[in-house]
Amino acid sequence: MPVVSEQAAPPLLEMRGIEKSFPGVRALRGVDLTLHGGEVLALLGENGAGKSTLIKTLGGAHQPDAGTIRIDGQQVALPSPSASMAAGIGIIYQEFNLVPALAVWENIFLGRESTRGFVHRSAERRKARELFDQIGVNIPVDAPCGTLSVAQQQIVEIAKALSQNVRMIVMDEPSAALTPQEVSRLFTIIRDLKQRGIGVIYISHRLDEIFEIADRVVVLRDGGPAGEASIEELTRQRMIEMMVGREIEEEFPKHHHPVGQSRLSVRGLSRSDAVRDVSFDIRSGEVLGLTGLMGAGRTEVARLIFGADCAEAGTITLDGRPLEIRSPRDAIRAGICLLTEDRKSQGLILDASVLENFGLPNLREFSTLGFVKQKPEREAFQQYVERLRIRIPSHRQRAGNLSGGNQQKVVLAKWLERNAEIVIFDEPTRGIDVGAKYEIYMLMNDLARQGKAILMISSELPEVLGMSDRILVMHEGRVTGEIADVTSATQEQIMELAVALDP
Amino acid sequence: MSEQQSGGWLANPFIRDYGMVFVLLLLGLLFSALTVRQQHPTGADAGRQVADFILDEHGDAAGVLIVGRPTAEDEEFTTAVAERLQARGATVLDTVNGSAVDARKAIEGILADGKTIDAIAANDVTAKWTVYDRFDAVGSDSIVTPSPYTWPDFLKVSNLLGVANQTAIYAIIAIGMTMVIITAGIDLSVGSLVALASVTSAILIRDLGGGSNAGIGMVIVGMLAGITVCALAGVFNGVMVTAFGIPPFIVTLGMMMMASGLSFRLAEGRSIPELPEAFFWLGRGQTMGVPNPVLLMIVLYIIAHVVMSQMVFGRYVYAIGGNEEAARLSGVPVKRVLLAVYTICGALAGLGGIVLTSQLSAGDPKFGQMYELEVIAAVVVGGTSLMGGQGKILGTLIGAFIIAVIKNGMNLTDVDPFNQKIVLGAVLTGAVLLDTLKRRGGRS
Repeated sequence: MPVVSEQAAPPLLEMRGIEKSFPGVRALRGVDLTLHGGEVLALLGENGAGKSTLIKTLGGAHQPDAGTIRIDGQQVALPSPSASMAAGIGIIYQEFNLVPALAVWENIFLGRESTRGFVHRSAERRKARELFDQIGVNIPVDAPCGTLSVAQQQIVEIAKALSQNVRMIVMDEPSAALTPQEVSRLFTIIRDLKQRGIGVIYISHRLDEIFEIADRVVVLRDGGPAGEASIEELTRQRMIEMMVGREIEEEFPKHHHPVGQSRLSVRGLSRSDAVRDVSFDIRSGEVLGLTGLMGAGRTEVARLIFGADCAEAGTITLDGRPLEIRSPRDAIRAGICLLTEDRKSQGLILDASVLENFGLPNLREFSTLGFVKQKPEREAFQQYVERLRIRIPSHRQRAGNLSGGNQQKVVLAKWLERNAEIVIFDEPTRGIDVGAKYEIYMLMNDLARQGKAILMISSELPEVLGMSDRILVMHEGRVTGEIADVTSATQEQIMELAVALDP
Repeated sequence: MSEQQSGGWLANPFIRDYGMVFVLLLLGLLFSALTVRQQHPTGADAGRQVADFILDEHGDAAGVLIVGRPTAEDEEFTTAVAERLQARGATVLDTVNGSAVDARKAIEGILADGKTIDAIAANDVTAKWTVYDRFDAVGSDSIVTPSPYTWPDFLKVSNLLGVANQTAIYAIIAIGMTMVIITAGIDLSVGSLVALASVTSAILIRDLGGGSNAGIGMVIVGMLAGITVCALAGVFNGVMVTAFGIPPFIVTLGMMMMASGLSFRLAEGRSIPELPEAFFWLGRGQTMGVPNPVLLMIVLYIIAHVVMSQMVFGRYVYAIGGNEEAARLSGVPVKRVLLAVYTICGALAGLGGIVLTSQLSAGDPKFGQMYELEVIAAVVVGGTSLMGGQGKILGTLIGAFIIAVIKNGMNLTDVDPFNQKIVLGAVLTGAVLLDTLKRRGGRS
């Protein structure tokens, strides 16, 4: 905890009344944020609440329309990322700014090479090694960044920030792609940063982590302040309510429906090392949770069923009918749909309007003789806008300008209109705020009630345990276990299967 | 949430989609203002006007000498004067369609016959000849010319139709190019395909149809063969891109060289002028006063606009350019659509080659050189993004005309050809700059 009293010295960072608008969206409306040295401040909020915009303002990537930023009480202007860096602010975005082909040390000093025109190779390598020693990790400084794991790349980013003598570090969802062990190592590093008097702004959707690492919490909602409190004053429930702005009864609103006959049967599905002899059934009205560590082959299984990749062996039957699936088109025609893990690169065409995205798989329905019937298309979409509570100013809204939750809802709308029998969700709530999460769970219940078969791939164990009727766990391309009785299952039980410790 | 908080005027949807129309109109105004000049009527209309002046002044009994140059336009003029005068009973002493020397001889002949010249009907050029003043009995006072008027060269109907006619071929090819570029591809082979279509059809007609004596059926077969060959080249491009994943830039660069080499080989490096009259209707004929290539262009643009904005195919083309993987995972038949797009582009390049052959009345392997760059420039100036996913067919039409108007305007104002190139390059860069600013204004 910061021991310096606020009267005695100005806080390390003070943002007051920050406002920022984009065409169609008021992203920030008068946000205040104070950060002290040696403090971990958690920045919470639903997607689209303005967290990223606020961070980008601090990073010099966006210019605020109004408001002041002070460091040590001195007002500063941050017209560019380099100005922000010079002011002692280090930002670690979700997408790393590393050049994959360059070595670790080269990345750390990229753009700030010690001598004019000539790279001071030995000195920079030594400094890089010192930085890693300080953090207490061992990363080969000569390895190209592209060969490092996500967690290692993150540490390189942190080292890069430290090498510039930053006074504060902002981490935007740093744990999203990390394993539990990697997260705990990250926390060790963060605690070390605190010791050194560095202020840390930590953004995450995982409330458990917030309780573990944060000293104080600032919550944003709809671009404005929604509350601020020290961690001791808060409960999990209270945090969610602050973010959502209303009371939420339960995090996982699972409805149990009678499970019927097997609808989708997968037998011996294989593709090189990624997927090895995977077999399972999903029954009518059932949500089958599929989990495992990153790279266990879960997404690959989904892509094979959906025809995005071609299986080398295996059969897929739907309602007893064998399917020949060679492309997503075949799968869609057979009644299978896939909500991809990565909405931005696979689920949506960001530059197209939400309406066009919605219509894409449904144009057969909305056309005669090759001409698009725009009115029925618009009307159908409007129903989903209302039913799923998609927040858009118009049907012409560019899909890329939406928040994660709204994007996922648009993807959902396009598949719901297809009325698919088998719905595969790959990380349905990744990067999605609590409110939208709840609505997506409710929709899953709805689909199950209609007798559809649902495959839910997720790394979030609480979600898997909370929403599945049955759980499959994968490890290195194989199914290593099945948990039929979800109510009595534990996270530890799943983890054991996921790491597949040989007996 | 309120719309239009920031982003500036460039983000306005109307400006974004149709701003280029204003640019085109402004250019038209600019060149109109720069080319305002005294115009002299020519042709039959001018002839009738002059005849009326003479009849008003000298009455129906006038003896008139008509002087024109040996050009088609002046012959129309002299014939019209003669017809009008004779219809009212006036005497046409002689009609000259030749040089000043011919005029002198004519005057000498008339005077030798002892006749008097009451008036000389001339146009703005022949009126300036000094030959008349050599004769005391004639003199320049008796010359009657059509009355001049003030009007921009640029806005003369003949000039505007000329611009449209020259642009038609680029614009037709640019339809296919727009589609290809919207899919985030490129087709560098269109210029060579122009030559290939030209040579293929001309050789077929020469060798199988009897050259200049070929019948209309053979002309149609030859034209279709030229277009088909280019469509097949487009299929080849499409297959290489979709089935083998070779970048479009490389595939079509290869096709550009292959098609050009093949054209020169087939034609043995020479022009092939043995074509029948029927072949020229497409490129040089007119329908209701509008050149046929312009009509063809208009029809094709209407079809393409409907396809791209109203049809499933168009949606698919935009979707693929926006995000190919997302489109595939949404069930878009990506490969089939790409194949179709490259085929259409090839076929339209072939059609452009046929029209050009028809306009210039010969098949020639040198046709179409650098057309790919002109066409890409038109597409880009028309607001289609090379990144794919965005662009409008009608924007391309406007882009093609912007380039054509700039070229025409610079010709009319006597800009050095080297400087013209510099200006066109700057325009292209400016268009891309505008596109970039627009995109920046349009997103966060």
